[in-house]
Amino acid sequence: MTLAAIAGTPGAENIARKTPARTEALAAYGLVAPATILLLGILVLPTVATVVLSFTDWQFGAASLNWVGADNYGALLGDEVFRKSLTNTLLYVSMVVPASVVLGLVVALLIEAGTGLRAFYRAAFFLPVTATLIAMATVWEIMLHPSIGFINLVFDAAGLGKHNWLKDPALALPTLAAIGVWQMLGLNMILFLAGLKSIPRDLHEAASIDGADGWWSRFTTVTWPMLGPSTLFVLIISSIRSFQVFDTVAVLTEGGPNKATEVLLYTMYQEGFGFFRAGYGAAITVVFLTFVLLLTLLKVRLAERRVHYS
Amino acid sequence: MIALRPSLAAEAGRHAALMAGAIVMLAPFVWMLSLSLRAPDDIFTQELHLVPRKWDAVRNYLAAFEKVPLLRYLLNGVVVTATILVLQIAVAVPAAYALAKLRFAGSKVLFSLVLFGLLIPAHVPAIPHYIMLSKVGLLNSYAGLVMPSVISVFGIFWIRQFFLTVPDDLVHAARLDGMSEFGIVWRIMLPTAVPALTAFGILSVVVHWNDYFWPLLIVTSPDMAMPALGTVYLRNTEAGIDYGPLMAGVVVITAPLVLFFLAAQRRFIEGMTLSGIK
Repeated sequence: MTLAAIAGTPGAENIARKTPARTEALAAYGLVAPATILLLGILVLPTVATVVLSFTDWQFGAASLNWVGADNYGALLGDEVFRKSLTNTLLYVSMVVPASVVLGLVVALLIEAGTGLRAFYRAAFFLPVTATLIAMATVWEIMLHPSIGFINLVFDAAGLGKHNWLKDPALALPTLAAIGVWQMLGLNMILFLAGLKSIPRDLHEAASIDGADGWWSRFTTVTWPMLGPSTLFVLIISSIRSFQVFDTVAVLTEGGPNKATEVLLYTMYQEGFGFFRAGYGAAITVVFLTFVLLLTLLKVRLAERRVHYS
Repeated sequence: MIALRPSLAAEAGRHAALMAGAIVMLAPFVWMLSLSLRAPDDIFTQELHLVPRKWDAVRNYLAAFEKVPLLRYLLNGVVVTATILVLQIAVAVPAAYALAKLRFAGSKVLFSLVLFGLLIPAHVPAIPHYIMLSKVGLLNSYAGLVMPSVISVFGIFWIRQFFLTVPDDLVHAARLDGMSEFGIVWRIMLPTAVPALTAFGILSVVVHWNDYFWPLLIVTSPDMAMPALGTVYLRNTEAGIDYGPLMAGVVVITAPLVLFFLAAQRRFIEGMTLSGIK
């Protein structure tokens, strides 16, 4: 900050003495210094440190650490829990992403199709995005209660019987996925609404002049092709977000029953902070990062090409 | 647009489908409120009803505040999210201005670094952060809760994109008036960026108010919990099935953001939509 102040000192003689470009650069360094230092110290170096740690056997509190090469990664391959955790995470993503994207699109289309109650619907579907997920998870837990839960009362009334949603190994992960969809749908809806708004009206009119009268033919000839970029964007965002599932698992199932809901971040949390195996936890983080990175790189490419919000 | 006007039947179908969906989306909120008002034996019932038959709201809400320091959690939430936001803006705005409007060697490298930062989820540097904080004895402190979020690469990116749209003439005019670059940042650029900062601010507050992962790692004493972690503490005090106080507590924890959202929907949605870009 002092640099900036000195470099930017007002007064003609000052500017005349130094070249303007040099003054500008000096001011710039002053302005970016705090951000650069924090960026390196808080983000870049710790990320590098995570990667480095993943090649060591370090445990929290241990006095020494040994370079173990790729041993942690080798151990991960043979680790039953980790394999389960990776499979579950992918399963979870493959349930949440299609459901939340399709439902988000359907809701957005339905909202745009008419004029009545638009603001109410938008708010109702978006509300879960803003509410504290952990707090709402405890509400879901009560709603899913085996005997007095709201959902079981409804299921029972409909003749579908009661289920122990969070304790049944076959149902636990799909149940968490349903909560995930509930939470994410609204964001997807809003992103699709933004996409729909950007479609020029005359395109629809042109299509109906060309004989696309029905709603469906207008959808297939105009709306869907024009939504292509939004759809891809929403798909990738939902994938990244659902890859980071942690809160509901940590509160509702703790990875159980019998590891049926063990997911990557939860395994990382347990290994790193439950069992204090920092090196091993770091290796899981790196695997997690690799998946997210692949998805994000795809997203950044897309974000650079289009998508403007303001 | 006359040709596109939906028929009455289509409009009815639209409302039926959306209303059904909206009911599912809102059900947990309604159920939470309903249970928070009921007496224990009205909760432990096999009958489905929304309006409490046996009210016990006062006991539930008082019990929630007695079991855990709920107000303290809300206060922690306000202090930590506000500190994070102020620091994020203080760090990001000057950097964003320099990246958008000033020429200096290394600006491309710095911007690439910002883009690289966008790729890293907050969970990735968590283990080294934990180690750093435990070395300096700042686990279980406000400073520890704030530290990993002091810099928001997304904030720098977002504000820079906004500054790119501000005309250069504005900056030139300020310089001719003899204003320092520092003065330009805070007295010229900051006021123009209010819409962008509002959206960013909402995103930042929501993310950190709702964060569970980081507080779970570093908070060890009950009075340092953030709202999300506090909910879990409250839940852990509940061994039986007396859900009234728990639901009352959950209402208190979720109310600030939900009310804020209902009051400022448009701004809120803009802000949260940014989390899609991030």
